[in-house]
Amino acid sequence: MSVVEIHGARRPSLPLARMTGATLVVLVVLFALAGPLLVPGDPFAQSLMKALAGPEAAAPLGYDHLGRSVFHRLAHALRLSPLIALAAVATAGAAGLLLGTLAAAQGGWADRILTMLADALLALPGLLLVLIVLAILPGTALGFWAGLSLVLWVEFFRLTRAATRETLASPAVQASRLLGFGPAYLFRTHVWPEIAPMMLTAAAFGTATAIMAIAALGFVHVGMRAPTPELGLMMVELLPYWREAPLALLSPVLATFALLLGLTLLAGSRET
Amino acid sequence: MSALASRLVQAIMVALLIGAATFAMMRSLPGDAAWRIAAGRYGYDNVDAAAADAVRAELGLGGPALPALLQWLGDLARLDFGTSLVTGRPVAAEIAHQLGASASLALVAVLLSLLIGPPLGILAGLRPGGPLDRGLLVASTGLKAVPQFLMALVLIVALAVQLRWLPAAGHGTARHFILPGLTLALGLAAVNARIARDAMARIAAMPFWRFAQWKGLSERQTLIRHGLRNVSVPLITYLGLQFVTLVEGVIIVESIFGWPGIGHALVHAIFSRDVPMVQGTALVLGLGFVVVNAAIDLAVRHLDPRVAA
Repeated sequence: MSVVEIHGARRPSLPLARMTGATLVVLVVLFALAGPLLVPGDPFAQSLMKALAGPEAAAPLGYDHLGRSVFHRLAHALRLSPLIALAAVATAGAAGLLLGTLAAAQGGWADRILTMLADALLALPGLLLVLIVLAILPGTALGFWAGLSLVLWVEFFRLTRAATRETLASPAVQASRLLGFGPAYLFRTHVWPEIAPMMLTAAAFGTATAIMAIAALGFVHVGMRAPTPELGLMMVELLPYWREAPLALLSPVLATFALLLGLTLLAGSRET
Repeated sequence: MSALASRLVQAIMVALLIGAATFAMMRSLPGDAAWRIAAGRYGYDNVDAAAADAVRAELGLGGPALPALLQWLGDLARLDFGTSLVTGRPVAAEIAHQLGASASLALVAVLLSLLIGPPLGILAGLRPGGPLDRGLLVASTGLKAVPQFLMALVLIVALAVQLRWLPAAGHGTARHFILPGLTLALGLAAVNARIARDAMARIAAMPFWRFAQWKGLSERQTLIRHGLRNVSVPLITYLGLQFVTLVEGVIIVESIFGWPGIGHALVHAIFSRDVPMVQGTALVLGLGFVVVNAAIDLAVRHLDPRVAA
């Protein structure tokens, strides 16, 4: 939801940073997927006798204020928002790629209208659009997916359009055209290798942005609804009890930070 | 002046987009909008079908879509934002009331971030690869991965709950500015510092910089005479782009700290389906971005005449 610019002449991004980022993301995903398998449990089961109790074998991260296992709630939360984020990024990436290539190849009015639309969307805070879409569509998960896709496609569109325009004007593409190759071939051999690494970076940033947005809106009570385990919601629920159960609050905080830091590092050297 | 013309087009598109989006919101609200609005006005315990019908008739919530959309956009074009469905006061008056609180918070945040980020960035950029540069890279990468609400949580727990130095929420005195301002400023400074550092490193490697030092200027004089203005151009350009981040932060941070500003109002308006208020606040935020960036376009031309040429 913030504007991202590529810097041409930056120091080469450290492979070490990328490796660290990938490791962090893999660890968090592994916890989300394998955690509940190793320690079976129900994220919704309440037992008020155990409210805010410390860790034990059945609940390695202790219990929250309603006596639900923080471990299992966290694992579920770490499946939910990344899944929505990935779905939104996939949709936005496909739309941005398609429209960006179209705008660059067609030029003219199609290009002008798409660029105007993208510029207008850039001026709007992403959270605002997500909030409006959430109010229009039924179902919070569906609303988040649609709203985040609407916000994120602009970035993919801008990157694709800029890179494709440049590539299409290059002598290599002119030569290919003179040899009679069609648009599908041109895209596959000339355009895609040019934009693929950018797409990967933008996708990592987009995923981080989407996860942040879901958590932020959960934190101010306008995102996911109460019994659903969600990162921001868990934090705001556990905040009042932080003296009694610091571990219960720290777990979602650290998991969110690790996931976002991992994605940022994975994305590599870009600003904002 | 074509830059200003394209900003004007952007502004019109923003207004159209928000108009259409809020109209869609009005039309397809899940549940009965009339009931919700009635509940917002009279309280959830005092709503009955008669009250909802009265609201429906008053606001014209039934009827065909297309004429309603045209009328909706027409009202927008005449700058008639209507009245809040909940309080019944004109939207313009409500927003004028809240905008001051938000603007002062945003201003404090930007000034704080400019005090923290660029000086560190410039010092780091003067010695690329030095300990400060490497430390700053780690710190700003870490800070960028902390969303604003998480920063707010950490600051509240550390400074307000544990140390009891500052109030955790509220509005009124200068002390109340510190936590929300700092929350926003740290996120902005993480980016500011990197941009200042990159610009400074690039400028310090240029021949004119070496010439300035060769002719006898001290590092301090070189920085003041030749450095600052050059660093300020990318910094100010990014400040304009960061406006969106700032506004998003304001929406979240105001809700967390109970700040009576436009972001807080927006979240409440969305919650109670107060569509005219949503439209008004969204317009102010979107057009604010365009105005700020138009001003920044002009400022950059003034600072760096090469852009205009």
